[in-house]
Amino acid sequence: MTGVKHLIEVHGLKKTYQSGDSRVEAVRNMDFFIDDAEFVTLMGRSGSGKSTLLSILGALNHPTGGKVLVDSLDIYALTAEQRADFRSEYIGFIFQSFQLIPYLTVLENVKLPMAVTGRKKKVQDRMAEDVIERVGLTAKSLRLPDQLSGGEQERVAIARAIVNKPPLILADEPTGNLDSKTAGDIMGLLKSLNSDGHTVIVVTHNPDMEAYAGRTIRVRDGECFV
Amino acid sequence: MKLHNISFSNIRRRKGRMLFLVLGLVIGISTVVTLLSVTDTMTRDIEAKLNQFGANIVMVPKTENLALNYGGIDVGGVNYNVPELEEAKLTEIRTIQNSKNISIVAPKILGPVIINEKRVLMMGVRFEEEIALKTWWHKSEGVFPQKENEVMLGSEAAARLGVKTGDSLLVSGTPFQVAAVLSPTGASEDNTVIAELGAAQRLLGKEGKISMVEISAFCQGCPISELTLQIAEKFPEAKVTAMKQAVLSKMQSIEMFQSFSFGVSVIVILIGSLLVFVTMMGSVNERTREIGIFRAIGFRQSHVMQIILLEALLLGIIGGILGFAAGNLTAWGLVPMIIKDGTFAGIDLRLGAVSILMAVALSLLASLYPAFKAGNMDPSEALRAL
Repeated sequence: MTGVKHLIEVHGLKKTYQSGDSRVEAVRNMDFFIDDAEFVTLMGRSGSGKSTLLSILGALNHPTGGKVLVDSLDIYALTAEQRADFRSEYIGFIFQSFQLIPYLTVLENVKLPMAVTGRKKKVQDRMAEDVIERVGLTAKSLRLPDQLSGGEQERVAIARAIVNKPPLILADEPTGNLDSKTAGDIMGLLKSLNSDGHTVIVVTHNPDMEAYAGRTIRVRDGECFV
Repeated sequence: MKLHNISFSNIRRRKGRMLFLVLGLVIGISTVVTLLSVTDTMTRDIEAKLNQFGANIVMVPKTENLALNYGGIDVGGVNYNVPELEEAKLTEIRTIQNSKNISIVAPKILGPVIINEKRVLMMGVRFEEEIALKTWWHKSEGVFPQKENEVMLGSEAAARLGVKTGDSLLVSGTPFQVAAVLSPTGASEDNTVIAELGAAQRLLGKEGKISMVEISAFCQGCPISELTLQIAEKFPEAKVTAMKQAVLSKMQSIEMFQSFSFGVSVIVILIGSLLVFVTMMGSVNERTREIGIFRAIGFRQSHVMQIILLEALLLGIIGGILGFAAGNLTAWGLVPMIIKDGTFAGIDLRLGAVSILMAVALSLLASLYPAFKAGNMDPSEALRAL
């Protein structure tokens, strides 16, 4: 570690799952850092521990050992409710398979993270319309998710992740369910968000995606190779 | 976007699922409303029918002598000094505290008359009251007397005197027309000549006097002895006796029916709550993925609980209204089938308010644990379902 202040610092991170007699070490003793406004891909095969790592970085999964500091804040020293507030302020998640709420329209899905922020309706509308325009879905903002194509659903998921203007965007296999052209478009969109100052961490097993990232952290058998 | 928008949208856009959730509440509430409406109508019907079983309070003048008869057999001891009550004072019966529970007051005058040189017992009655009280009176011929100069004869008396409907009679020297002859009843009236009260009083020389009064009263909330006491206070010169057995059986029949419907209601409510609980639990489990997303994007445990409980509140209101409507509709259709000549008692708005409150309470109670479970769901566990 250098003396420079990083956005994310990971120290001695461990995560072990216990299931009956068997014990799986999903993350073993990881140490790395990610700077502000970096675009990092976490590369690794299925079962390598990269998704577990992403959920730990996203304040969703309590590690068995070690520390995760975001903006010098030890996120696992916070209470569960404080971590929820942290996620609301700091993190935009883009899940595998889009994970939109089926009974909410595009606009409502995008506004969802703002339901707990106390922003006024007018402000919410303006912010949501801005990001929907950015992902190119203004004409479809009143549609339900099942009326959209896979690529369009992914764009809604991205709009939802960035609507609160979080400094950190975490994406879990965002192109896994898309054709290569649409996947390229989505990665381009993430790249442009990164250019705007968002720190982007993308979990992927597709080596083609490395081209968009500034840096790749490889994950193998629960260990990382920076 | 506020939390309630999520609940509203879920209910609005997933009507099929919501209908299933509401069904448990509708079944529970509508069954209770139906049972209560039917019980209410049945209680009124039973009450009305039981009242037709005759008098349950008898008021006679106080006497020093003990009666020397048993089962209709008189063993002598003629009492020449028969005391009587004042007819004018009878209106006071209707002034007792529980006067609304008194349905029929039937005064009578009794005395001997001569017909065809035979001594016959004459009974003067108010026909309207008497016929309402004695539903077992059937005339074998003619019509019930309408005028003061008409009489009705008991079956035995008609046979002994050899008269029939339409005949003229001299009763102690006064002419009367036989308007009807009663079918045998097996009771004292078989041997009597029955005339209008006023006419009988004049004939017997007992104007304004009453020999006895039969009263039909029914009181669901108070003991009949209370009514008896209240009447006795107004008539210190009379002996007021309650025929307890008749009243007790009335009360028992109604109480049994009410306990039965209360028991059924409790069971139905229990089954309804269980149904709501199971469907709510199922709904929460089904929404694990959704709850995981909510938690991941920064919703607190309390936010997730608010969404689930708000949905439960809305479903409770919808279930209560639909259940109340369905219950009334069922009762409206069912009452004429169950109760002969029964008519639906009408919509009770207070019951409506209670139904909605009950449905909301039930829905919230049944959703409390599922909401708590949803709120406490580990986001990483929930997201593993993604």
